[in-house]
Amino acid sequence: MSIYDVLAAPFIEFEFMRRALAAIIALSLAGAPIGVFLMLRRMSLVGDAMAHAILPGAAIGFLLSGLNLFAMTTGGLIAGFAVAILAGLVSRTTGLKEDASLATFYLASLALGVSIVSLRGSNIDLLHVLFGNILAMDDQTLLVIAANATVTLIVLAMIYRPLVIESVDPLFLRSVSRAGAPAHLIFLALVVINLVNGFQALGTLLAVGLMILPAGIARFWSRDISGLICIAVLSALISGYAGLVLSFQTRLPSGPAIILVAAGLYMASVLFGNVGGLVRQLFPRRHLEA
Amino acid sequence: MRSLRAALAALTMMLGATPQHAEARINVVASFSILADFVKNVGGDRVNVTSLVGPNGDVHVYAPSPQDAKTIADARLVVINGLGLEGWLPRLLQSSGSKATVVTASTGVSPLKLGSEADPHAWQSVVNAKIYVTNIRDALVQADALDGDYFRRNADRYLAELDALDREVRNEMEKIPPARREVISTHDAFGYFAKDYGIAFIAPLGVSTETEPSARDIATLIVQVKKDEIPAVFLENITDDRLMRRISEETGAQVGGTLYSDSLTDEKGPVPTYIAMVRHNIKALASALGR
Repeated sequence: MSIYDVLAAPFIEFEFMRRALAAIIALSLAGAPIGVFLMLRRMSLVGDAMAHAILPGAAIGFLLSGLNLFAMTTGGLIAGFAVAILAGLVSRTTGLKEDASLATFYLASLALGVSIVSLRGSNIDLLHVLFGNILAMDDQTLLVIAANATVTLIVLAMIYRPLVIESVDPLFLRSVSRAGAPAHLIFLALVVINLVNGFQALGTLLAVGLMILPAGIARFWSRDISGLICIAVLSALISGYAGLVLSFQTRLPSGPAIILVAAGLYMASVLFGNVGGLVRQLFPRRHLEA
Repeated sequence: MRSLRAALAALTMMLGATPQHAEARINVVASFSILADFVKNVGGDRVNVTSLVGPNGDVHVYAPSPQDAKTIADARLVVINGLGLEGWLPRLLQSSGSKATVVTASTGVSPLKLGSEADPHAWQSVVNAKIYVTNIRDALVQADALDGDYFRRNADRYLAELDALDREVRNEMEKIPPARREVISTHDAFGYFAKDYGIAFIAPLGVSTETEPSARDIATLIVQVKKDEIPAVFLENITDDRLMRRISEETGAQVGGTLYSDSLTDEKGPVPTYIAMVRHNIKALASALGR
């Protein structure tokens, strides 16, 4: 088996592999920068919380129009927004930390969702149906992810300055500008859009994983924020591509395969990373001496 | 006053003396809708049937509620499929403190293997459905001997209907040209149907709707569909169909419709009973494959 057979042939032979790769590229471009900001704001676990928070919206969509992906996704988006914005407002206006208020709201939301589903008396696992698979990209789903990535990058560029300053020095930003709170809320909205579309297209594991793990990897290779973002996007792309190839060659399910590759990169970064990697800490380079 | 008391006493005695079948209905709990349909057909109006996993529910990924524990605690019989389908049931039985007799409807079916485990979807073959009905009849007779004849009569009538259904399936399947007796469906629910009626089913998901396919699995499937010129891809009522549509688009196999495997629909849906379900499935298969 030549290198060509391993690395390129699957994508040339099968359309679903090309579509999966396209989805991965769009997801990496939009998700990885968001992941970096989430990490800087210590909100890395928000993705998993959000996967549960969207349940009531999806359930109401299901009650109104049955197993209709569009209705369930729209409902999920609305529920996600509500939870993110309420949590953001509470942590802005009171002393409660963002993670604590988010945890409260997502649990309440999940409880509400389970109740709604049970009232209907249906035992179908809604999230199971709503969450998609990377190998099943239809035209509509691909367009949604691509549009989503475009919007995300444009909006990120627009709120980049206040967002960066707020992530590193919120007090300074508050003293010179009032853009902090709006930027934060817009950013939360971006997180929700990316996650919900990601769930719908790719499933929880991939949507959250390709957002958070690359940020963790980048953290060991760069100190400045543009470096972090570039490395995060790059490692998301590499994990996505390598994971697809791994899944094709070994029979591992695709989503887990991609995340396992990313986790491998993360472990390697923890060991050998430039910035704070363990090996570098044990064997420090000599300081410049006069 | 005395006369009123006497009248009440007389009334009580009369009530006690008349046979009260409505009161003596036995509560039966079935784990999912297809079993409930069998119980209904045999038990008629002498049993109350509740299905834990309701219409259009997925028995593979089911989580019981306190309501279910209460239902089970009140039941005389709990009818389950067995063959590893209801993994959640033993704990539910224990926690509900139920004294119900558990009836395994698939007892006596010769199980097919799927990997290392038994394939639970035995009801998809009408031959096995008859074994299910016989088991349910015996259990009902044992639980309520007074109504034994009634249950036996119902069961005989229903078994005759199933016999006719079995012949109908065989007739329909024979009309399909042998080269076209191959389809793709979402999960491996049709092993028993395939074995008894000679239609090959190939599925990207494993036996449970919970597993996730690898890129290699999908690629193998696509190659196979192209090579064997498999004419149709089928959807199921309880899973996301995007994957099947992708395979259909990539291979040119047509989407043949929806097959019902693990769950009936409610009264208004297309398949409220087991017999309607089998008829629906063979009609979908015959119209996509035969020509």
